Amino acid sequence: MLFRFLLPRIGFGLLVLFLLSIFVFVLFYVSPSDPARIIAGDKATEALMEQIRVKLGLDQPIYVQYLKFVGGLLQGDLGYSYRSNVPVADLIVARIPATLSLVFGGMVLWLAIGIPIGISSAKRPGSLRDRIGQSFAIIGISFPTFVLGMVALYTLYFLPTRFGVMLFPPSGYVPLTAGVGQWAWHLILPWTTLALVVAAVYARLTRGQMLEVLGQDYIRTARAKGLSERRVIYRHAFRSAMPPLVTQLGIDIGLLLGGVIVIEQVFGLLGLGSLAVTSVNNQDRPVVIAIVLLGGVFVVTVNIIIDTLYALMDSRVRTSGRA
Amino acid sequence: MTILPKTPSRAAREAAAVVQRSSTSLTLRRLVRDPASLVSMLVIVLIFAFALAAPLIAELTGHGPTEQFRETGLSPAGIPVAPNSEFLLGTDQLGRDMLVRLAYGAQISLLVGVVASLFAAGIGITVGLTAGFFGGATDTVLSRVMDLVMSIPFLLCAIALVSVLGPSLTLSIAVIVFFSWTGLGRVIRGQVLALKHREFVEAARSLGASGFSIMYRDVLPNLIVPILIYTTLMIPSAIVFEATLSFLGLGIVPPTPSWGGMLADAANNSLYLVAWWMVIVPGTALLVTTLSFNLLGDGLRDALDPTSARGGK
Repeated sequence: MLFRFLLPRIGFGLLVLFLLSIFVFVLFYVSPSDPARIIAGDKATEALMEQIRVKLGLDQPIYVQYLKFVGGLLQGDLGYSYRSNVPVADLIVARIPATLSLVFGGMVLWLAIGIPIGISSAKRPGSLRDRIGQSFAIIGISFPTFVLGMVALYTLYFLPTRFGVMLFPPSGYVPLTAGVGQWAWHLILPWTTLALVVAAVYARLTRGQMLEVLGQDYIRTARAKGLSERRVIYRHAFRSAMPPLVTQLGIDIGLLLGGVIVIEQVFGLLGLGSLAVTSVNNQDRPVVIAIVLLGGVFVVTVNIIIDTLYALMDSRVRTSGRA
Repeated sequence: MTILPKTPSRAAREAAAVVQRSSTSLTLRRLVRDPASLVSMLVIVLIFAFALAAPLIAELTGHGPTEQFRETGLSPAGIPVAPNSEFLLGTDQLGRDMLVRLAYGAQISLLVGVVASLFAAGIGITVGLTAGFFGGATDTVLSRVMDLVMSIPFLLCAIALVSVLGPSLTLSIAVIVFFSWTGLGRVIRGQVLALKHREFVEAARSLGASGFSIMYRDVLPNLIVPILIYTTLMIPSAIVFEATLSFLGLGIVPPTPSWGGMLADAANNSLYLVAWWMVIVPGTALLVTTLSFNLLGDGLRDALDPTSARGGK
């Protein structure tokens, strides 16, 4: 049953990845930059460059190159970086912890900020608390991440430091192995920046969903039964307001794992996003292809997980094919 | 004043005194009564005026947008100077006038925001309308295409694309359009599905109207509300998208001023830590612009659709 439900979704996911791989491959094939030149440097002779081209298989037609790439991929071989000659897989694996820490830590924070604001707004629409919550939401939605990040660094790192107080470190990622305290301390500013911007979306979404649910008959029934307001809000209303939040969470996590590009840039975190920017600037083709595909894998996988969660929660979705 | 008996003719005259208002004027009245919408509209007008006045500002200050004032615009140590009487908003790392650059940057932001949103809206409307109206296989294919575009890690693909093809204004717009039309497309499709079984569509069909005529003359006008709201809300996203690309060095090519590029200059070598105005000036401009469009979008929704919960979803 579940298998029949999952199969088309996995198929669609593979189609996305296939098209994505074709896209990056063709993109670099038409690119005017010459990988042999990048690898060998500016002073390389034509003969040396030709040798490199043959070694990398760049002299072959594009479909042969593509098939070889996919073949390598299936064996877990992503090729070597043009710049550092390190296996691409190693480069990427080294960057994953920072991005994972940033996204999942940020997620905890943005849910903890966004959902309570949304719920308290929905309890009394039009009240002062609602208006404050709504103002927070619209400012958060409008704030470009990199501006907020720079303002945070300036006010919370630079100004205190100038007065001799080191509240937060300026940048960098410290692995968990160096101690949870150090790890978290270095991530607080990036987490907060990410969370404030994303929480705004959740505050609005929660409010809208809750307002809809709270107007329904079974809520009136629950209140009439004499249940406490707390129980009505959290056990009855919030539960049915959740599905769109879960969908949104899936979209956000999937996209962010591919690289919280801007935040990693601003805070100097060595994650996947900053690797992407560096590789793009270096024309480091194998690395860029791998990151784009990995980003696709994240989006597709998270989508399938979310769809499956839905199906497990609600049998109607399971049987009706695509919702 | 004598009190007149209530005759039928007077009753009619009194009834006529109730002004008949068109839907547009009702909407406008609701919009104007909302202070947030009113202020945001005013701010947007001011930003447009500021952008249009860029050459004038350059003329008045005597500073060109890419002109470097290494003598007066930089401290002896080569640090940008803070806002003063000559440089009202300070200078950047090359001694260029931030005010003049801000005004020229506004042109880019507004141009990209508005043009990209209009194109994206055009595609979204066409695809959503076609998918919803024709249904069946057409709908399946188009809906899958929308799913597909939404499953692409867009910022990664955008930077890969721009890095290969070389950054430019046109490419920035194209990339933004490509990744922004799906939202409106889905909304329109959903609305069309709901509309197409309504009586007025049946009526048009029974009068012998063709599919295309029904689509454009009967269904489309009923979609003006979501189109207007979503297009307005697309503008700030497009502006931020462009600023992000420029911030990463993949949007507008320097030395052409753009807000994202100015912020990138500030972030470069963490220069903004000694020259706060390099972040505050373009950052505030960006925030105020996106905030105004978002507020206007929300206000439009409330004004056009009074049944919706205030500031709803």
